[in-house]
Amino acid sequence: MGRQLSFSIFRYNPNIPGDAPRMQEYKLEEYEGMTLFVALNDIREKLDPTLMFDFVCRAAICGSCAMMINGRPGLACKTMTGTLPSRINLMPLPVFKLIGDLSVDTGTWFRNLQVRTESWIHTNKKFDPEALEVRMENKTAEAIYEPERCIECGCCVASCITANIRDDFLGATGINRVGRFLIDPRDERTDAEYFEVVGSEEGAFGCVGLMACDDNCPIELPLQQQLAFVRRKMAQAGLKLDLKGMKIS
Amino acid sequence: MSAKNAYICDVLVVGAGLAAERSAVEAAEAGLNVIILSLVPPRRSHSTAAQGGMQASLGNAALAKGDNPKIHFEDTVKGSDWGCDQEVAKMFCETVPIMIRQLDYWGVPWNRVTAGKKKLPSGIEVEDTKDKEGLITARDFGGVAKWRCCYTSDGTGHTVQFVVDTVVCKLGIPVHDRMEAIAIIHDGETCYGVVARCLRTGELNVYLAKSTVIATGGAGRIYAASTNAVINEGTGAAIALNTGLVPLGNMEAVQFHPTGMPPVFILMTEGARGDGGYLLDKNLHRFMPDYEPKKKELASRDVVSRRMIQHIRAGYGVQSKYAPQHLWLDIRHLGRQWVWTNLREIATIAGNFNGLDPAKDLVPVVPTQHYTMGGVRTNKWGYAYGLKGLFAIGEAACWDLHGFNRLGGNSLAETVTAGYIVGKQIVKYTLGATQDFNYKLVEDFVKQEEERIKNLISGKNGKEDVFEIRDAMQQTMMDHVHIFRTGPSLEQGVAKLQELYRRSLKIGLHSSGQGANPELAQALRMPGMLRTALCVAYGGLMRTESRGSHFREDYPKRDDANWLKRTLAYWKEGADLPTLDYEPVACPIMPPGDRGYGEATAGPKGK
Ligand SMILES: Cc1cc2nc3c(=O)[nH]c(=O)nc-3n(C[C@H](O)[C@H](O)[C@H](O)COP(=O)(O)OP(=O)(O)OC[C@H]3O[C@@H](n4cnc5c(N)ncnc54)[C@H](O)[C@@H]3O)c2cc1C
Ligand code: SF4
Ligand code: SF4
Ligand code: FES
Repeated sequence: MGRQLSFSIFRYNPNIPGDAPRMQEYKLEEYEGMTLFVALNDIREKLDPTLMFDFVCRAAICGSCAMMINGRPGLACKTMTGTLPSRINLMPLPVFKLIGDLSVDTGTWFRNLQVRTESWIHTNKKFDPEALEVRMENKTAEAIYEPERCIECGCCVASCITANIRDDFLGATGINRVGRFLIDPRDERTDAEYFEVVGSEEGAFGCVGLMACDDNCPIELPLQQQLAFVRRKMAQAGLKLDLKGMKIS
Repeated sequence: MSAKNAYICDVLVVGAGLAAERSAVEAAEAGLNVIILSLVPPRRSHSTAAQGGMQASLGNAALAKGDNPKIHFEDTVKGSDWGCDQEVAKMFCETVPIMIRQLDYWGVPWNRVTAGKKKLPSGIEVEDTKDKEGLITARDFGGVAKWRCCYTSDGTGHTVQFVVDTVVCKLGIPVHDRMEAIAIIHDGETCYGVVARCLRTGELNVYLAKSTVIATGGAGRIYAASTNAVINEGTGAAIALNTGLVPLGNMEAVQFHPTGMPPVFILMTEGARGDGGYLLDKNLHRFMPDYEPKKKELASRDVVSRRMIQHIRAGYGVQSKYAPQHLWLDIRHLGRQWVWTNLREIATIAGNFNGLDPAKDLVPVVPTQHYTMGGVRTNKWGYAYGLKGLFAIGEAACWDLHGFNRLGGNSLAETVTAGYIVGKQIVKYTLGATQDFNYKLVEDFVKQEEERIKNLISGKNGKEDVFEIRDAMQQTMMDHVHIFRTGPSLEQGVAKLQELYRRSLKIGLHSSGQGANPELAQALRMPGMLRTALCVAYGGLMRTESRGSHFREDYPKRDDANWLKRTLAYWKEGADLPTLDYEPVACPIMPPGDRGYGEATAGPKGK
């Protein structure tokens, strides 16, 4: 016989009139190799078909299933129940808009982030279907791939003090995203243009450097390094802008 | 109208995966007003899970030298076991190199050629030449004559989907995510859009468009064990089938990937074998060369999967806590550096789910449902059969690039190439179409869906449990419609599925069904999933030959005299079986011949 697991799960469906936030208890018997993906589906299918949560890939690569697991943000699909105590507390991620129960709207948040930071390649070149690709060093390609790996799960945002108090803060994921374009030779934006996007309190300078984000990124992006890199770049760019401003005045 | 909101646009794209977004970009760039619907935010679509890469004959890597679209075409046709549409395959192979370069222009960090001599795990020495340095490189994949699979580490789908989505964001194309299309609105001739259920609120919305594009991905979840995401339930194709007018093509053609990792059945990319990985049996013997002396682990997927099961049946399977029977994937000899750079995603997955480090441990693998070759049948320009104004692309479609077996790396490549080619046709059609709707018709479709929902909630038709029926369907597909098929077993499978289909019409909810209730969402999908499953099982029963991934033990040979044709499955109103029709498969460029691997060539046990 496996352990008896006691789940305490946040319940609230804002679309049901009269529904109120509460914690609900469920019990399941654990078995070998059980993940929170399996456990939550078991609860839905055997105990309570109204329970809302999100899974897509169930392989820790799509970023859908982040939630607060015993107080820490993490991906439910890759969390083995065996690594948790027998009392398991599940809450939706903070910061993001609640859809219902454990399901939050990370999609809208991240789309806004892309648009605000204009996270696409800015170039004046036209695509020429006849031409070969522009050459790039493999090292450069690998360096771009590293921050590009972010799966937009929102764990860094949920654990960030700044993001929890300022709803316009880009979060580590946003700053990481900008850093990805900063090093891409195909993007023609100048440092001054990037400064417009992240050189502010909502961006690189809002971060207080406590590194909860770095500790909680499920794919272990080197966020600390990335934040420092973008901040340094922006500080330099900011300095240049100030000097330019002084010259004019 | 009883629907909460009605949206009117030029082009409605159902789906936000790679095929969907690439076609949306094409339409939006032509100035059309486009809306994208999706179950999930675009970047969570299943396309992001693709690992290994994308086939394009760029010819830059050492063992890619001399490659061209013609060789790619030949590999594709052989892979398809002459089941594909050769005109589509030709057009595809000629276009895909441009697509790869355009993706590069948009920002995909493709891995590049680094010059120098290299020793491959097989012992062969190759040299990447200076003149190619910095161009896009490629890796080996199954069933190909040249190294052609362009990649970004083993996160290719992720980077490509993210980059195409940046273009969608830049163009400002609206995406309505958590919005599920549940019925196609049509008058028997023309498609006018869809009824969709909001997965945030449970409300019904109406989307009306001159052109509607089904780009909803595969149907892997009709099987219990699949590498597919849990949202790949094939509902987009199912609602097209449900019109009674639009056929699904070749649904019996289902791909089983050699290396799903039990017990979770998450994929270990073919890139692992492409980069030199081996398959081992319980004696740690590398058995594939015994069966396939030429291509070894890199024969096409259908062949490798069958050889693995054949080997397990011969008593060489491993029994362990991972699965009752499996084999091993061995990539230890590639070295820690290679594994954790170029196969990092699967290394992480092996660690996360089985606590294994492939740089030092063997990884359990077993052939697992992976890809739906069949889908909404279209002509070579992507127009769905049966309804005007309806298009289909990507895994949801049967454009018929893949015939009876898709080559690894050809699917991601298909999504963007079809998005581009069919996208242009959508633009052409839409610019020439007028928008006129019969409001009564639209309202009738909404009412019908409201009625279904009401009945599910009230239990008017019965009290069958949706999850029980889903599990039974998935198990039936595993037991009767898997890699090795026989007439009697398929017959039993069809009978069981028919019974489940009838029960699915009597589902009643156990919960209130209020708001975005997940039980209701599943209940609404269930009859469509069973119809899809029946198209697979019944199509397989009637096809009395073996071709590509469709293998009949009672008809083990390909039969070009009788079966060089494509199955078209229709669902007539009130039926409990699809109606099958057939159309010829022309081979205008490459006549049927020998694949160069597989049972027909290498014989039952090699040689
Ligand atoms: C694990 C794995 C690895 C793979 N690796 C490779 C590889 O290396 N190379 C390769 O070529 N191929 C690979 N494939 C195959 C390839 O990834 C897929 O075939 C391809 O990405 C499908 O793309 P798509 O755009 O057609 O559909 P998807 O990416 O599946 O997108 C479907 C979209 O439709 C939406 N949708 C579905 N139903 C509805 C509905 N009813 N209403 C509204 N929206 C709906 C979904 O939300 C989603 O946005 C892999 C597949 C798997 C499973
Ligand atoms: S280091 Fe910065 S981004 Fe990270 S959690 Fe702290 S404040 Fe947030
Ligand atoms: S940076 Fe890490 S934690 Fe933050 S969204 Fe990306 S993957 Fe998630
Ligand atoms: S379900 Fe995709 S990350 Fe968990």
